[in-house]
Amino acid sequence: MKKKQSIASDHRRGWSISRRGFLASAGTGAVAMAVSGRIFASPMGNKETAEMAPDVLSKITLHVNGHPHDLLVEPRWTLLHVLRETLGLTGTKEGCGRGECGACTVLINDIPRYACLTLAVEAEGAAVTTVEGLLDGETLGPVQSAFVEEDAFQCGYCTPGQIMSVEGLLRKNPDPSMDEIRMAVSGNLCRCGAYSHIFKAAASAAKNRRK
Amino acid sequence: MMPSFSYVRPGTLQEAVQHLSAKGAVVHGGGTDLLTCLRERIVDVQKVVSIQGLKDLYGVKETAGGGLRIGALTTITEVAEHPVIRERYPGLAQGAAEVASPPLRNQGTIGGNLCQKPRCWYFRGDFHCLRKGGDTCYAPFGENQFHAIFGSGDICYIVHPSDTAPCLSALNAEIEIAGPAGRRLLPAAEFHVLPEDYVMQETWLAPGEILTAVRLPPPPPGLRSTYRKVRARRSWDFALAGVALALQFDGDRVAGGRVVLSGAAPVPWRSRPVEDAVIGKTLDRQTIAAAAQAVVADAEPLAKNAYKIPLFRGVIEEELERISRP
Ligand SMILES: Cc1cc2nc3c(=O)[nH]c(=O)nc-3n(C[C@@H](O)[C@H](O)[C@H](O)COP(=O)(O)OP(=O)(O)OC[C@H]3O[C@@H](n4cnc5c(N)ncnc54)[C@H](O)[C@@H]3O)c2cc1C
Ligand code: SF4
Ligand code: FES
Ligand code: FES
Repeated sequence: MKKKQSIASDHRRGWSISRRGFLASAGTGAVAMAVSGRIFASPMGNKETAEMAPDVLSKITLHVNGHPHDLLVEPRWTLLHVLRETLGLTGTKEGCGRGECGACTVLINDIPRYACLTLAVEAEGAAVTTVEGLLDGETLGPVQSAFVEEDAFQCGYCTPGQIMSVEGLLRKNPDPSMDEIRMAVSGNLCRCGAYSHIFKAAASAAKNRRK
Repeated sequence: MMPSFSYVRPGTLQEAVQHLSAKGAVVHGGGTDLLTCLRERIVDVQKVVSIQGLKDLYGVKETAGGGLRIGALTTITEVAEHPVIRERYPGLAQGAAEVASPPLRNQGTIGGNLCQKPRCWYFRGDFHCLRKGGDTCYAPFGENQFHAIFGSGDICYIVHPSDTAPCLSALNAEIEIAGPAGRRLLPAAEFHVLPEDYVMQETWLAPGEILTAVRLPPPPPGLRSTYRKVRARRSWDFALAGVALALQFDGDRVAGGRVVLSGAAPVPWRSRPVEDAVIGKTLDRQTIAAAAQAVVADAEPLAKNAYKIPLFRGVIEEELERISRP
């Protein structure tokens, strides 16, 4: 199963997917399946869907970190809820739950969005990338390592969101100015005030990525 | 957790309109405002109708007459970055760039931005105020530092939260609407509802209607447009005071145009006093000073928002100065 490797490496990094959490969620209907899934281009690439009843679990397929997952979801479940509670991908954090803090930032078709304001059913057909998806096997991706090297966090709660906003920026603009970096993370609040190190990490990630 | 609702994503406009005729049905554009309202339980929704499956609602196209049609599902980021919008209607691109934060702009749509709910904290909180069908407004004797100084009718003091609406209104755009009775067009300047006309709705969309696109007329000769927003912090925040200018210049002289304020009133607020002060004149110091006085001449501040008076004066002064130097 493709999920195994990412779970192991998340453990190592302390991104805490517990085995128990994973098994518990697997029991509620989350079954990772290797459907031959092609990822669609932006915008959302949404196809029509029949009416899903309230409070009832309906089947959808989400493409997360390159793997298709057949899942059972209620219409009101957010992508954030499904990532954390069903798929056990707890790297993505919940802060405010209302679009104000950025802790839940993920990439959808390479573009940063808030998972707390995205219904899981709306992400069907799109490519979702979480902070776990930036690992290359056991190795940190360039943005992740830059955050470690530049000491760009204190408590670390905002960090996955900051990293995803920087990753999204660099996918669109590989050589950003300092102003562009500041703007790109302006939707990610840091209570610890690690901003200057976050900006530095983004700049050094950009440099490393271009090498 | 949000309250329960059913969810559908139709493939045609006709089906979407049909679904929306059900009681408690609501449009889902990007969902950034809708999900917040659902979570805070300030809307009563049985069915969420996502319009994200409607391909015709995407994208920016040039129209036969030389204008632009911006599909309702075009994201705010796309509006802010579109090369033709930036070149011909820079005020709209600037307005879009001032909306919320980058992830919200990537997700929020232009249609949703025009139809969003107000941010009055009584409305968003647990207060059963007039706008929610109650019998009182809490703003006049409450915490009213972010409320309106124009247009409340002494009924409801929200300021309209959209940064793109004032720009579209200034640029004389039209709103394209589809619904059970067919299609219609409405000037952007007449799309929003004053409290004295009806306090429980922010737009003139009838039940079942969908905003399908925004249409910009071809830019008239000598058009210059800008948007300026003042807010408490540079990260996401709503306008304390703002202005969209769309002025036609004949040499140095302002030959015509519109001035629309944000952060001022329950709807994007057209400032005729400023228009009267500048049209037919060159934007010299005297004219600009007169316009800055005129903008607040008939303002009615509340106990805690009188700071908006000097703020609007300053915004008008600086923006007229800026637009006078192309
Ligand atoms: C933290 C935060 C900060 C924000 N700051 C700003 C700001 O500074 N400036 C600003 O302008 N906005 C701001 N917003 C509001 C904002 O989210 C956006 O405005 C966004 O553009 C809304 O678009 P959407 O597509 O996500 O709307 P949705 O959430 O999908 O819809 C909003 C409302 O409009 C209706 N609707 C949506 N599309 C249509 C349509 N095509 N036809 C008919 N009805 C429709 C929905 O039913 C809903 O009631 C902010 C929001 C948040 C959460
Ligand atoms: S200003 Fe409007 S929305 Fe706010 S409390 Fe008064 S009636 Fe309600
Ligand atoms: S949890 Fe999504 S923005 Fe705060
Ligand atoms: S590191 Fe603690 S909130 Fe940013």
